[in-house]
Amino acid sequence: MLTSRALVRGLKSGFWRPLSSTSSVQAAHGKDMSPDVLDPSVQQYNNRLDTPLSDVPFVRNLNSEQRQLKEKEKGPWTKLTKEEKIALYRLTHELTYPEMRRGSSEWKTVLGGVFIFLGFSGMLVWWQRIFVFGEVPHTLSDEWVEKQTQRMIDMRINPVGGFAYHWDYVKKQWK
Amino acid sequence: FSPVGKMFRPVVRLSTSGVRSLTRTRPCYSAPLASRCYSHAKVETDEEFDARWVTYFSKPDIDAWELKKGMNTLIGYDLVPEPKILDSALRACRRLNDLASAIRILEAVKDKSGPHKDIYPYLIQELQPTLIELGISTPEDLGMDIL
Repeated sequence: MLTSRALVRGLKSGFWRPLSSTSSVQAAHGKDMSPDVLDPSVQQYNNRLDTPLSDVPFVRNLNSEQRQLKEKEKGPWTKLTKEEKIALYRLTHELTYPEMRRGSSEWKTVLGGVFIFLGFSGMLVWWQRIFVFGEVPHTLSDEWVEKQTQRMIDMRINPVGGFAYHWDYVKKQWK
Repeated sequence: FSPVGKMFRPVVRLSTSGVRSLTRTRPCYSAPLASRCYSHAKVETDEEFDARWVTYFSKPDIDAWELKKGMNTLIGYDLVPEPKILDSALRACRRLNDLASAIRILEAVKDKSGPHKDIYPYLIQELQPTLIELGISTPEDLGMDIL
């Protein structure tokens, strides 16, 4: 029972974010994500704030439309429309700087997962307290502690800096 | 015309070391409390640094690799490049028929300025003639500065 409960909680809070695109889309972009082709000796595209110009462009296999645009790029750039300029940028770069800097809401998931697991642990501790632990020793009952405290006061336990120091023997109360 | 160029010079350098002068005047062995034993190597001035980089990007037959290497190295330094260096780099992009890199350079220097929000508008203002001449749109023009 406990193990299946743990599994459900784990699945609920510990999901992996899906990859940003499938491997076929990435292949079109020249990014090879299949593990047997992931070759560190081959140049790859990177989105890095400290490396504005990456080794290779993001889209390497251009279709005819894109090739035409690249030809147009060789002429004066004043002739390009805004959309064409954006398209040219996106051919070479996957993410803009603001997109690279954008955070995610992953922290909410992580924090939620942490709380869920803490709560689950708390449940276990509580269950244990009720069903596993026996009665508390009788020497911790209120009645016993009262008599015990009175005895400690009578014995003058730690009269200088500790226990009996705090008892006012004249007024018969705690200071 | 505006002295803004001189005014913003200290702003454009993100860190100042204060080491630049007086490294050769006092020998170390006398060691009074005030003197420091800095190396006697010649420190490159700001103007020399700028000139070096302008020359680098001005190479007429610069190739794509050199542009990338230069730009990535420049962005790696603890400073925002002067407009004249960026002008040279943008013209290199034009020679290489690479508009995307030109826009990327503008984004990179804006990001490089960090919390100093007044550097980027100054750079764009100084580069405006070049941007108009070459037909480079800023990321703001293309709506790429917002998500």
